Amino acid sequence: MPRKTMVEAIRDAMDVAMQRDDNVVVFGEDVGYFGGVFRCTQGLQQKFGSSRCFDAPISESGIVGAAVGMAAYGLRPCVEIQFADYMYPAYDQIVSEAARLRYRSNGQFTAPLVVRMPTGGGIFGGQTHSQSPEALFTHVAGLKTVVPSNPYDAKGLLIAAIEDNDPVIFLEPKRLYNGPFDGHHDRPVTPWARHPQGEVPDGHYTVPLGKAAIRREGSGVTVLAYGTMVFVAEAAATEAGIDAEVIDLRTLVPYDLETIVASVNKTGRCVIVHEATLTSGFGAELSALVQENCFYHLEAPVTRVAGWDTPYPHAQEWDYFPGPARVGRALKAVMEA
Amino acid sequence: MSQSMSEPGPLSFHVPAPAVRPGGTPDFSDVKISRAGEVRRPDVDVAPEEIRDLAFQIIRVLDRNSEAVGPWAGLLSDQELLDGLRHMMTLRAFDARMQMAQRQGKTSFYMQHLGEEAVSCAFRKALEPGDMNFPTYRQAGLLIAGDYPMLDMMNQIYSNELDPMKGRQLPVMYSSREHGFFSISGNLATQYIQAVGWAMASAMKRDTRIAAGWIGDGSTAESDFHAALVFASTYKAPVVLNIVNNQWAISTFQGIARGGAGTFAARGLGFGIPALRVDGNDYLAVHAVARWAVERARRNLGPTVVEYVTYRVGAHSSSDDPSAYRPKTESDAWPLGDPVLRLKNHLIHRGVWSEDRHKQAEAEVMAAVIAAQKEAETHGTLHTGPHPSARDMFEGVYEQMPPHLRRQRQQGGV
Repeated sequence: MPRKTMVEAIRDAMDVAMQRDDNVVVFGEDVGYFGGVFRCTQGLQQKFGSSRCFDAPISESGIVGAAVGMAAYGLRPCVEIQFADYMYPAYDQIVSEAARLRYRSNGQFTAPLVVRMPTGGGIFGGQTHSQSPEALFTHVAGLKTVVPSNPYDAKGLLIAAIEDNDPVIFLEPKRLYNGPFDGHHDRPVTPWARHPQGEVPDGHYTVPLGKAAIRREGSGVTVLAYGTMVFVAEAAATEAGIDAEVIDLRTLVPYDLETIVASVNKTGRCVIVHEATLTSGFGAELSALVQENCFYHLEAPVTRVAGWDTPYPHAQEWDYFPGPARVGRALKAVMEA
Repeated sequence: MSQSMSEPGPLSFHVPAPAVRPGGTPDFSDVKISRAGEVRRPDVDVAPEEIRDLAFQIIRVLDRNSEAVGPWAGLLSDQELLDGLRHMMTLRAFDARMQMAQRQGKTSFYMQHLGEEAVSCAFRKALEPGDMNFPTYRQAGLLIAGDYPMLDMMNQIYSNELDPMKGRQLPVMYSSREHGFFSISGNLATQYIQAVGWAMASAMKRDTRIAAGWIGDGSTAESDFHAALVFASTYKAPVVLNIVNNQWAISTFQGIARGGAGTFAARGLGFGIPALRVDGNDYLAVHAVARWAVERARRNLGPTVVEYVTYRVGAHSSSDDPSAYRPKTESDAWPLGDPVLRLKNHLIHRGVWSEDRHKQAEAEVMAAVIAAQKEAETHGTLHTGPHPSARDMFEGVYEQMPPHLRRQRQQGGV
């Protein structure tokens, strides 16, 4: 089977979706001729023409606002926000418009659009190229929020997102674009070409929104993670010698409660890991769900490992990043509780 | 070095203020009004830079003698003008009844059009079926003049059992895809860039339909307004970008949003978009300019900015009291008069209308509005009678209800 990087898989997803449906259009800053700063749209303009893939002015609100209008017309825009950190000017269009259009018009108008954005840190991007704003989307009724962790899922989830009739926020962990980064920033990263999850079938397939995947089976403790933290959690469990079950949520909303509850009821312990800041992060929602649904099976307090409640720093990147050592300590603490 | 200017002193901070506040005598002497018929009518394929002056004049057709004059006159037949008068009268009667219904507690909120009826009613007649408006909350004339049923509008205002929006939206936030009326958000300016996006999509699909965006003077300060102008200019989108300058954004006079620009229309000039200014209280002028801009869009010549100079005679909404921030008599002093009266007088001048027929029409229009209202009320008002179910509240958030919402609906006992 062909192996692809996450960038290639994402590009392939748009290529497949654009071939299958003339209404799929792709635009954003630098995505046309140049193919995007991370190269995710490379070649699409050449292949599909500049009315299907084109450059947009530097106006995130304009990009998403225009996409809402196009979606109301009947297109399926898949737009790129260059970094999730640049999303804030578009937030009103996402929250007040895309998310609510179906509801407020009683289905007369809908917003079947995808907003792709690279998320997370680990690339020395400082505070404006490293943030993980997923909780700002999971809090909004009417949105779906997806965070893939590998090329196979990225392609299948992105095709599913484009084909979905509701607005989907598609957060691409940029530290995973080239390989499964496990948080050991001082070691070389295995490229996707040598990783089984880098195997990406040609053509059309989907990974359903709302379904989690168990990445590592175990019986001692459940780790809930998504994006980059899936690999960090796996490394932490292996290095700490802990029989952890690592669940990759893949879709945050709608979340896969069934898989979460079954695992925590089995292990009796739960550690939640995300790169985003701790307070009011999506981990708080997960923690509440576990407490509400698994209380009588719990052997230890539900624990969160997350980014500190500071802006994303530059020089102190690896002090900020919840790497395998911090996750490993949390796993041990929960096992000893 | 020349010392023609003295040394600078300390800086001073500038906050624009209207000429007159409550208690003062209304004064619109600084509003430059072009003579009816005075402003030229360029060809629709004119280069934008050749008509920059039109952003600073006011296109007017009806003169003081109620005659239609100049190059923008002569587009509408007697019957079309009589229809236009009926639409404006209907909107005015509708507003009066719904405003009263709000005061009677039959709904929570209402927004009227008093003084601005010509803008949306006349614009609507320049569009073709399939074109799409992205309106604000003060363009219900698009629906009235498009023969959307008043009953459906009232059902929405009452949030009753027949409310097309199932009780989910604030009163007057209508939506009708079929009538080319995009769902009103209630947020400001968001619809302006959406109109451009819709128009871009129409061009991308080589369709023939065009879009119209709507915004008020105050909301032109929002960044979405500027995003819309950039996108419209860059992609030459087939869209008419309407700015309704009714002088007041709740209590804030138009100078706060306009700043140092001479006019709102002039905002279009920096984007290379042709920009026209029109007497918003002159049904014939509004229609003629709308036709011009719509034709430009339809001929793939790109966007047009149109500023409608009008006056918000009523309160901003049922929650507003304008006497707190402007003279009570200011609307009487407004130099562009009343749109209904001006069209009525023009039709009398044309010999196809009379005072008696007008009185009779007023009674007929009001009777039709009251009949629709009575029927709507048999289906419930906000606090009494049948209304959308609590179950409806959970529907339509997504195409398919996700499990977490299903659980919440069960918890809610509906």
